[in-house]
Amino acid sequence: MIGLGPVVATSTGFSWDPVTDLRQMLAFEFMRNAFVAGAVVAVVAGVVGYFVVLRRTAFAAHALSHIGFAGAAGAVAIGVNPLWGLLAFCLSSGAVIGGLGQRLRDRDTVIGIVLAFALGLGALFISFYSGNSNEAISILFGEILGVSSGDVALTAVIGVVTLALVAAMYRPLLFSSVDEDVAQARRVPVRVLSVVFMMTVALAVAVSVQVVGVLLIFALIVTPAAVAERVSRSPGQALVVGVVVALLSTWIGLAISFYVDYPVSFFITALSFGAYVVVRCTSWLGARSRARRAQVAVA
Amino acid sequence: MNVSTAAGVRSAPRSGAGPVVEARGLAGGYAGVAVWSHAQFTVVAGEFVAVLGPNGAGKSTLLRMILGLLPPLAGELLVLGTPPRRGSPDIGYVPQGRGLDPEVALRGVDLVSLGLDGHRWGFRVRTRLRGERARLVDAALEAVEASDYAGRRLGQMSGGERQRLLLAQALVSEPSLLLLDEPLANMDVRNQAAMAELVARVARAKGIAVILVAHDLNPLRRVLDRVCYVAGGGVAIGTPDEVVTGPVLSRLYGAPIEVLTDSRGRRFVVGLEEEAAHPHDGHPRPHHGDPRRRTP
Repeated sequence: MIGLGPVVATSTGFSWDPVTDLRQMLAFEFMRNAFVAGAVVAVVAGVVGYFVVLRRTAFAAHALSHIGFAGAAGAVAIGVNPLWGLLAFCLSSGAVIGGLGQRLRDRDTVIGIVLAFALGLGALFISFYSGNSNEAISILFGEILGVSSGDVALTAVIGVVTLALVAAMYRPLLFSSVDEDVAQARRVPVRVLSVVFMMTVALAVAVSVQVVGVLLIFALIVTPAAVAERVSRSPGQALVVGVVVALLSTWIGLAISFYVDYPVSFFITALSFGAYVVVRCTSWLGARSRARRAQVAVA
Repeated sequence: MNVSTAAGVRSAPRSGAGPVVEARGLAGGYAGVAVWSHAQFTVVAGEFVAVLGPNGAGKSTLLRMILGLLPPLAGELLVLGTPPRRGSPDIGYVPQGRGLDPEVALRGVDLVSLGLDGHRWGFRVRTRLRGERARLVDAALEAVEASDYAGRRLGQMSGGERQRLLLAQALVSEPSLLLLDEPLANMDVRNQAAMAELVARVARAKGIAVILVAHDLNPLRRVLDRVCYVAGGGVAIGTPDEVVTGPVLSRLYGAPIEVLTDSRGRRFVVGLEEEAAHPHDGHPRPHHGDPRRRTP
């Protein structure tokens, strides 16, 4: 997890020839790792994010990442791969949040309280670490250019597990997200699903932190899904659009940062935010022109 | 009484000689505390029963018990000849609506098909409906006259249109019993009557029994067969003439109640709010739940 990327990147030039550029980027192992890990994370975040947005549990996902920060910082303090700390803290808190039930208002307060404490705990763990503060920065803002081949393999395994979980509970999860009362009456185990789903979110958060960090997790989990929800008609379409937005933001962000010496996280968040702004503006303009046409029709 | 077995009912539910719901000495409530007790009634196939009464009297409790979500506190409850079991495809249910979130990326057909296989694990690769599934979903949409707009997103529909789709979702598993919890809430008087007529028309055509929870008897009076009044810890069932009368309601509420009938046959329940609203309930309730109802 060292900032090797930008140093190398400045020694190469952008050529406007996609093949040459791609070859140039993929010549470096850290870039290959970043593209693969970024793809896995984008697909997982896009799919899980759809349900996070559908169930209106964005705040819980946000909190999971902050709790994960404490786990990652703790792992660093004792000299373990931060991903393990992330997984341990995210999974256990995901199970607890999922078990809290559907009383959203109570949950917001409880989650906020735990979130603040977890951040404090993370600050404490970071102070135990004798090295420099780069480690903390990379957990908070992501360090995809420092992902090792081992990290890629672990990310891929977690990604497959996450997608398998979502695939297995897809229909009942959709049912209980849209209308919990009817789903419960139709014998959907809504409480169990809520717990398993939050643990799935925990897995997605843990792998996404590598790319955009704890603080920017919304850029991959919430923003692409929010874009998808606005432009899609059906759940299947929304899943595809969410994955595409997350994937393009990640890959294009990576490519830009190879040539421009600024943090990858910034480019990824800026791209997904840009997609959201475009979609909002388009639907606003569409609504306005429809209204104008209707006015003309009346007159 | 001839109580048919579950298998027998499933194979021939429409012939419907046996009762769909049967309660004997039934008590309902939460956490061991009875909200009402000594309920004694049967609902037969194709019958339309309106459940009336103030808020907190236990109307939804009754529905939840029939759905198998709450156990009876006392007495016996049989649904299609067997004790209620959760997840029965023989029951279609539309819960009390905070309504669906109109922002979600969901079409009407997606919503209805969840009623068919939303409880099954896994997913479908093919989102287009085919074969038997398509037939069932189309039939349910047609029954509630929603075929035209079922391909639209929920957000592009009116509240009434979404309510019809929820009804279609409840109908799609071809149930013999429909449980509707306040489907007429938040509707104006004309839409209330239209919705009541629609439910009655669909149910009659398919021989489905309907138990519909409502606040006001009047939009339902053309379509209902019997009234089930839940109030003051008791349950009274019968035709409106038998139940919605001063003496019966006064006995139920334990307070003087008058029922006024206007020239068009509409009934108005009038009573002392303070005494009659919630005799078994210390919590303050919204005003519209009191028995001194007014019709706009």
